[in-house]
Amino acid sequence: MKKYGDLEIIKSPRIPKLIEHLYAKLPEIEADRAVILTKSYQETEGDPIITRRAKAFKAICEELPITIRPDELIVGSNSKAPRGCQVFPEYSYEWLEQEFDTVAARSADPFYISEETKNQLHEAYLYWKGKTTSDLATSYMEQETLTAMEHYIFTPGNYFYNGIGHLTVQYDKVLKIGYSGIHKEAKEALSKLKISDGDYGKRARFLEAVMMSCQAAINYANRYAKLALSEASTCQDNVRKKELLQIAQNCANVPANGATSFWEACQSFWFVQMLLQVESSGHSISPGRFDQYMYPYYLDDIEKGKITREFAQELIDCIWVKLNDLNKVRDAASAEGFAGYSLFQNLITGGQDEEGNDVTNELSFMCIEASMHVMLPAPSLSVRVWNGTPDEFLIKAATLTRTGIGLPAYYNDEVIIPALVNRGVSLKDARTYDIIGCVEPQKAGKTDGWHDAAFFNMLRPLEMVFSNGYENGVKVGLQTGDVAGMKTFEEFYAAYKKQMEYFIELMVNADNAIDLAHAKRCPLPFQSSMVEDCIGRGISLQEGGAVYNFTGPQGFGIANMTDSLWAVKTLVFEEKKLTLLEYKKALEDNFGQKMPIEKAKLITTRVAEELAKAGHQVNEAQIADIYNMVSMGNELEAGQKKYNQLLEWIEELPKYGNDIEEVDLLARDVAYTYTKPLENYKNPRGGQYQAGLYPVSANVPLGAQTGATPDGRLANTPIADGVGPASGRDVKGPTAAANSVAKLDHFIASNGTLFNQKFHPSALSGMRGLQNFTALIRGFFDEKGMHMQFNVVSKETLLDAQAHPQNYKNLVVRVAGYSALFTTLSRSLQDDIINRTTQGF
Amino acid sequence: MNNDYLKVKGRIFDIQRYSIHDGPGIRTIIFLKGCALRCKWCCNPESQSFDIEKMKVKGKDKLIGRDVTVEEVMKEVMKDIHYYNRSQGGITLSGGECLLQPDFAVALLRAAKANGINTAIESTAFTKFEIIEKFLPFLDLFLLDIKHLDTIKHKQFTSQPNEHILENAMRLAMSSMHLIIRVPVIPTFNDTIIEIRSIAEYAKVLPGVEELHLLPYHRLGSDKYEGLNREYELKDLEPPTNEQMQLLMEEAKKSGLKVQIGG
Repeated sequence: MKKYGDLEIIKSPRIPKLIEHLYAKLPEIEADRAVILTKSYQETEGDPIITRRAKAFKAICEELPITIRPDELIVGSNSKAPRGCQVFPEYSYEWLEQEFDTVAARSADPFYISEETKNQLHEAYLYWKGKTTSDLATSYMEQETLTAMEHYIFTPGNYFYNGIGHLTVQYDKVLKIGYSGIHKEAKEALSKLKISDGDYGKRARFLEAVMMSCQAAINYANRYAKLALSEASTCQDNVRKKELLQIAQNCANVPANGATSFWEACQSFWFVQMLLQVESSGHSISPGRFDQYMYPYYLDDIEKGKITREFAQELIDCIWVKLNDLNKVRDAASAEGFAGYSLFQNLITGGQDEEGNDVTNELSFMCIEASMHVMLPAPSLSVRVWNGTPDEFLIKAATLTRTGIGLPAYYNDEVIIPALVNRGVSLKDARTYDIIGCVEPQKAGKTDGWHDAAFFNMLRPLEMVFSNGYENGVKVGLQTGDVAGMKTFEEFYAAYKKQMEYFIELMVNADNAIDLAHAKRCPLPFQSSMVEDCIGRGISLQEGGAVYNFTGPQGFGIANMTDSLWAVKTLVFEEKKLTLLEYKKALEDNFGQKMPIEKAKLITTRVAEELAKAGHQVNEAQIADIYNMVSMGNELEAGQKKYNQLLEWIEELPKYGNDIEEVDLLARDVAYTYTKPLENYKNPRGGQYQAGLYPVSANVPLGAQTGATPDGRLANTPIADGVGPASGRDVKGPTAAANSVAKLDHFIASNGTLFNQKFHPSALSGMRGLQNFTALIRGFFDEKGMHMQFNVVSKETLLDAQAHPQNYKNLVVRVAGYSALFTTLSRSLQDDIINRTTQGF
Repeated sequence: MNNDYLKVKGRIFDIQRYSIHDGPGIRTIIFLKGCALRCKWCCNPESQSFDIEKMKVKGKDKLIGRDVTVEEVMKEVMKDIHYYNRSQGGITLSGGECLLQPDFAVALLRAAKANGINTAIESTAFTKFEIIEKFLPFLDLFLLDIKHLDTIKHKQFTSQPNEHILENAMRLAMSSMHLIIRVPVIPTFNDTIIEIRSIAEYAKVLPGVEELHLLPYHRLGSDKYEGLNREYELKDLEPPTNEQMQLLMEEAKKSGLKVQIGG
């Protein structure tokens, strides 16, 4: 333990105050950025787009209202109100205008918006019609692509309507040489260009835009220096006055120049982090290896006695709070999928250096401590794990996991490094990888990874096999033939693969269209100034300036697909208990359960239309009656019985997630139907497509758009999360589920995989609990799993587990002298455990 | 090398993975069928009879007990090898009573040792010591139940006297086996301060014994009695409270042993 010093550090009383202030009010939408941006655009018509973007960024940096919140040590806020947000009409705006009057009252991530802001935004929006990236992207897409998107086969919504984000810039460079240093670098690059070069004009304008952006960032910090100075001059509290004077001095020096102290380094980091989120609305701006690039400044201050560990911790805690100050308004549907105002600012600790040595340091521990101090969702804290990771560091991480906050996530170096090398990333760069957003690995400061390019629902192509490519009379997929004519499982599976390949190609079409639109309409000079090799090549990140370019859309639904294919293979082709046609009917009838809402609505509409055609006036009450009749209509007793039998057969079948070799190997192959075709495609930036396997939380809303599946999953219900087993189907405990997941090929899913497990806090109790818990992680990683995260569940969850046991079959609880699966216990014993939990056993 | 021992057959009724409370690290527990004792509180009543029997589980008939070879069990056991390696875990034989199927149990322990896995058994020690001796070369940890020092009360609640058990405990301790004493704390049977204290004092006398585990009574098994069409005699018994367990633990600690609640 001595190696990393005395680990526990007391939380400063400042931190709860900062948090209280941050969460005092509903977050608010502010119009300032949109107004300044629009005005700037109106003044720069005719300029090259890169120049217009730089000028607009400069105007924003110089005019956006600034504020220092009470007690802050690290300053810089992109909104006047705490957790407020700016809007970004250059990407899309229609949805917000439509939701002006509902955004404050909605259940997921509500935002206050004043009448004045509405008016200002409405005024600004008039300019943007037809000028957004979203508008241009649509015009680049094929009709089949649009149809597939309308039918929820995949959704590239994130980048279609917002900035890209999803990167880690060269924080280390800004800390070291400041924006004046980068400015100088761009200037030198410009001086080396020959005006006779074919693309001189474009490159020159780009480099000038970089220089302008650097200056803009410096100007922004200088405004804060002045503000701090003026607040200090009127401050009555001497302690605070001293702080404000130091803040003023910090902001005058950074990020213009290299940082000369840990406090300056923290301030410089923060300006980078927040200004990136002023330039563009892209989320998952990930700080990456904070414990590495901040360490030299920490060590220097500690060695010279300029700072105490306690104060260093307080500064880190302040940054953690500030990361939660940033916010983003999304449309109502996306807000459901991303609920929790999350910006996915991933910050990773531990891991290796370029030569493969472990570089876990004192700051790695302090980052975990900071998350314990603030207990807020940001940053998305991650931990790198490999054979050289010190046990005490993993134990420290596990104590954070035990709090139930769901942090940190654990990543396996032993899989990620070779996976990146396989994508052409150099060994040095791969060893120093960080994580973007949810789970996406990349080399910081060199990569434009487009890590969240789309969600691809792997169950929908299966529906297209059953429907021969049609849905509600519209041709959506390929005509792979009537299922009635399919004689073997291989034939059926081949049809699925064909549908997959078809839709994957359409998704690539969509992503590339959006990619082109961003390059054309929203190149980002400020972002580009901090990613290698934009300055060297003289082109923006959005046009392919990065060393490594990828597009990473995520496939999800592996568990349900595996169980579905296994069911079809066994019940139809091996045991011949029913035909494919009968299966098709069962799916259409949702196994005799109530009709899916969407389908019932559609039929209701058709009936009403026909009645109207026939001259009958239909009022609302009658429509409701029709709807009720339609949705209940197929609950015929005989049918019900037949389907219950089918559901029972399905229930008896082996399932993914129970460490059953043959089923798990099928899962591996199912994942390949997505990961393998995808890597054949290229994006407009010259980079390769690479698959991720996880849905974030889209498995719920996109599950709602998916009919019943052969694994017994009912229509409109959630799809399995991550690469884990379908909810409640893994019954052999956490190691068995982990072993199943480890059988997938995680190396090829180099855009990341996600594996969630649930534990009761008691399973992690005491040092022994923590040791066994970290052994579970290490064991899974020995088997070449890629990622693991944990829900350590509370009493509320246990109550919910009682009410819905089918969803919690794998929940481990400590009973008495041993652990057991919660749902297997009798009701009274469950009650015992729940009551005991409140006593904090 | 003679691998015949891998073919030895035995009768088990369950294999439970990711057990973290019956020996060190992450473990797989193999439950052997058949027991010489009939403890009234037994939470695994389906373990008692050696015969394969039917039990109703959630309304459905389920066959309890199956005959398997050591090799078959090891195939399941080895699936978690990485987790044992990372946690110094392994297998624990439980039951039922593994001493009643010595050929199978010893072969299983031998196979585990051949794979470098930690081994433990959870046992009543109710058999001839010559049989126990066969286990020792392949065993890292013996979790021994001592339920009561009064043989009449012992017999009344478990159907067997305790002399044999106490004698074996001493002989085991003398053999320098790593021995942990476990006491199921059962209200109305052995949950008084005097009873627990005396068991602790006895355990303390056993050479080399340093640890005592107090396992609070629970009702996990009560549904199973119904499923087996048997009467659960203790159905009105309340589990001991946390406070009571703390009190008993403090009392037991006075013996000088390291005492914990739970495994």
